[in-house]
Amino acid sequence: METSDTANVPARAWFLRGASHLFSLPAFVLIGAQIGFAALAREAGFSLGQALLLTLAVWALPSQVVFVGIVGSGASLPAVMLAVGLSAVRFMPMVMSWTPVVRTPQTPRWLLLFMSWFVAVTAWVFAMAHLPDMPRKARLPFFAGFAICLTVMNAAVVGLAYLVIGAVPPMIAAMLVFLTPIYFLMALWGAARAHADRFALGLGLVLGPVFTILAPQIDLLAAGLIGGTLAYGLGRLVRKPLR
Amino acid sequence: MSAETMRTFAELGPYLTILVGAALPTHIWRWLGVLFAGKLDEQSELFTWVKAVATALVAGVIAKLILFPTGPLATLDVTIRALAAAAGFGAYVASGRRLALGVLVGELVILGGWLMLR
Repeated sequence: METSDTANVPARAWFLRGASHLFSLPAFVLIGAQIGFAALAREAGFSLGQALLLTLAVWALPSQVVFVGIVGSGASLPAVMLAVGLSAVRFMPMVMSWTPVVRTPQTPRWLLLFMSWFVAVTAWVFAMAHLPDMPRKARLPFFAGFAICLTVMNAAVVGLAYLVIGAVPPMIAAMLVFLTPIYFLMALWGAARAHADRFALGLGLVLGPVFTILAPQIDLLAAGLIGGTLAYGLGRLVRKPLR
Repeated sequence: MSAETMRTFAELGPYLTILVGAALPTHIWRWLGVLFAGKLDEQSELFTWVKAVATALVAGVIAKLILFPTGPLATLDVTIRALAAAAGFGAYVASGRRLALGVLVGELVILGGWLMLR
C-alpha cells in the first residue's frame, strides 16, 4: 500500500530520486562551467583522454583549472602537487561537515571515503541544503544518486564539448567561466543553515583577496580559518533564528 | 602540446602525472575530511565552526575567481566583474532566491560590459 511514510522506501529508490535532481539549474550551471574547462584543456594541448581523466579522477573544477595552468608553465611534479593541493584544501572542512550529515551509525568508513570523491561545491551545497530535511537512511543513497550521476554526466559533457566545440569565442568563454563564481555565490547563501554560514560567506569574500595579496601561498587556508572562526563567533552573538 | 607541458609530463607520462599531480593532492583533503569527521555531531558547536570554515574557504575561491581570473574573463575590467557578481546576487536575494534570475542578471552584465567597454 502506498503511503506518505518514507521509512520503507528502499535505497535504490532514494538513489533514483537523487538522480532526478540532475535536471536542475545547479547541474546546468556546472555543465556550462565544464564546457569552459573543456575549451581550456583543448587550447592548452591536452588530449581528449587526458581532459576526461582530469574531470573524472579529480572532480574539482578549480583543481582541474590550476593543473592545466601550471602544467602549461612547465612546472616540476612536486610544484604541481603543491599548487593543486593548496587549491583543494577547502575539501577537508567541506567533507568534515558533509560526513555527519550523510552517515548513519551503520555506514562503513570505506563507503564514506569512496563517496567523498563526489563531494565538490555543487554537490556539497546540494547536500547541505536538501539532506538535513530527509530521513537519515535516505541521505547517502540520495546524495549518491545526485552526485555520481552529476560526475558521470559532466565527464560526458567535457568529452562532447571537446569534440564538438572548436575554438569558443572569447566572449562566450568569459561568460562560461563566470558561471562558476556567480552560481557558487548564490548557492552558498542558499545553503546557509546558521548565521555563522552567512557571516562566513561575507568574510571569506573579503579575506580571500586580502590574503592573496598578503600571503598568496596560503591565502585560502588563512581566509577559511580566520574568516570561518570570526563568523562562528559572530554567529553565536546573534540570537534570533535564521530566516 | 607545448614544450613546457612535455617537460612536466616527461617523468611519468601524461596519465600518471594527472593521477599523481592532480587527483592525489585533491583527494587527500577529502579522505582527511572523512577521517577527521570522527564522531563529529551535526548539532554540535564544532560542526557549526567547521562548516563556517568550509564556507569561508569556498567564498575565498569565489572572490579569487571574480577578482583574479585567468583566461578571457581577465580581459574584462575588474569593476564589470564585481558589478556583475553584485547585480546577480542582488537580483537573487531581491527575487526571493531565484537562482535562474541571479545567473541571468550576472551574465547580462558580463555580456553588456563585453560589448560596450572592450
